[in-house]
Amino acid sequence: MSPIEASPPGGQALLSVHGLSKTFGANPVLRSIDLTIERGRVLALIGPSGSGKTTLLRCLNGLELADGGTINAPGELPLDFTTPPTRSRLNALRDRSGMVFQHYNLFPHKTVLQNVLEGPVVVQRRPRAEATASALELLARVGLSEKTHAYPFQLSGGQQQRVGIVRALALQPQLLLFDEPTSALDPELVGDVLRLIKELAADGWTMVIATHELEFAREVAHEVAFLDAGTILERGHPSQLLRNPQHERTRQFLHRVLHPF
Amino acid sequence: MTADPSRWDLFGSALWPIVHGAIASTIPMAVVSFAIGLLIALALALMRLSRSRFASGTARLYISLVRGTPLLVQLFVIFYGLPSIGIVLQPWPSAVAAFSLNVGGYGAEVIRAAILSVPPGQWEAAYMIGMSHRRTLSRIILPQAARVSVPPLSNTFISLVKDTSLASLILVTELFRQAQKVAAFSQQFMLLYLEAALVYWVVCLVLSTAQGSLENRLDRHVAH
Ligand SMILES: Nc1ncnc2c1ncn2[C@@H]1O[C@H](COP(=O)(O)OP(=O)(O)OP(=O)(O)O)[C@@H](O)[C@H]1O
Ligand SMILES: [Mg+2]
Repeated sequence: MSPIEASPPGGQALLSVHGLSKTFGANPVLRSIDLTIERGRVLALIGPSGSGKTTLLRCLNGLELADGGTINAPGELPLDFTTPPTRSRLNALRDRSGMVFQHYNLFPHKTVLQNVLEGPVVVQRRPRAEATASALELLARVGLSEKTHAYPFQLSGGQQQRVGIVRALALQPQLLLFDEPTSALDPELVGDVLRLIKELAADGWTMVIATHELEFAREVAHEVAFLDAGTILERGHPSQLLRNPQHERTRQFLHRVLHPF
Repeated sequence: MTADPSRWDLFGSALWPIVHGAIASTIPMAVVSFAIGLLIALALALMRLSRSRFASGTARLYISLVRGTPLLVQLFVIFYGLPSIGIVLQPWPSAVAAFSLNVGGYGAEVIRAAILSVPPGQWEAAYMIGMSHRRTLSRIILPQAARVSVPPLSNTFISLVKDTSLASLILVTELFRQAQKVAAFSQQFMLLYLEAALVYWVVCLVLSTAQGSLENRLDRHVAH
């Protein structure tokens, strides 16, 4: 289940974000975010609660409408948010990415397999037989072959989240967005999901992951960005940023996360 | 009432006309009105939830009118009032029109609340996989809203079955009117009205049972 295009060694931008901003009422949640998402690379977003990680991810797939700045994909017209973009341009942005939600958001009235097929068969109109075969393959890979006809309520949180990941993968997106994929899980279930995401990274998927799991970020990410009050305060190689941060705010945050007591 | 055999005879001979009124008129009238009413209710609920001020305002006014006026008055306006502006409806269509419009008003709020009870994450997941708004409604939101609205809508339906007795006042020969006819003829009001009540009660019992099994069926995908 590697991405459709073989991932080049990196350095090639999939999306570049310039001056992205978003205000809720009088609350500026994203302030002029600049970001490049490179093919085949994993970017981890860390930062305190309320710093804007979720909002940034949601703006990247159009779930939230940014109110300023641009998102560019090479070879396409820039998507400028200073005036609201057209529906079709937003759809193009959305269709580029698959998202994994903190609370899974599986469809409770559909079985595991139906959850996964809803995108490829119902929306993308791929042939059912072919889509089913690849869905079953994906489910087997995440260890859920036994559960294809189960309903979400019959699964553990970790299993539900793996279905959530498979549902996103089945869309064959260029980019995977993860919003704290393990923070709703019981501690003993976190490992399975993180291991799966690590495997996807090794397969060459391009990913942006908001997470509080710093050790995981260090292992899996090519780059870590520290978000604070709606700005990217610093970004860099995981070992550099996590071991030797340049900003006092970053240091305080890391200290709080690593030494909660 | 003493155990007078002639009374039992009367009870027995009136049973078929009353049950026939139920089968031939009361039940079909309730079912048809409810089906049309649900469509009206769904349309009104979507109007109420739409971003258009005009649509939601119109729906709100409609709901307020239906809920703020007696059903009997609505029925009379349609059957006795409309002819004066040139619209003449027969008793049966008049009754169905009044009952469906009424169910539409009450059902709209039930369906609206049920749609709102579906977590926003469901809309977001559907958006994420690329679904259109309309498809999200029909494939993701409404099936989940349906489960939530079965109990209140069943109540609406059971009320409707009983309210169809008002159609006797615009000359529909439904269950209650059949009882009235026999009562007027035999002068046994107590007996026949109790008999009518009994038949309504049996119909409603059957409906409550059906509601229970429908809920169980829809429950297969939720935790207990
Ligand atoms: N729909 C909304 N309406 C109003 N304010 C919002 C909305 N969504 C988010 N916010 C505000 O935006 C800010 C950033 O929220 P966001 O969820 O992006 O933070 P986060 O970094 O993901 O936090 P956490 O680590 O707790 O998930 C918060 O102050 C939040 O209250
Ligand atoms: Mg968040």
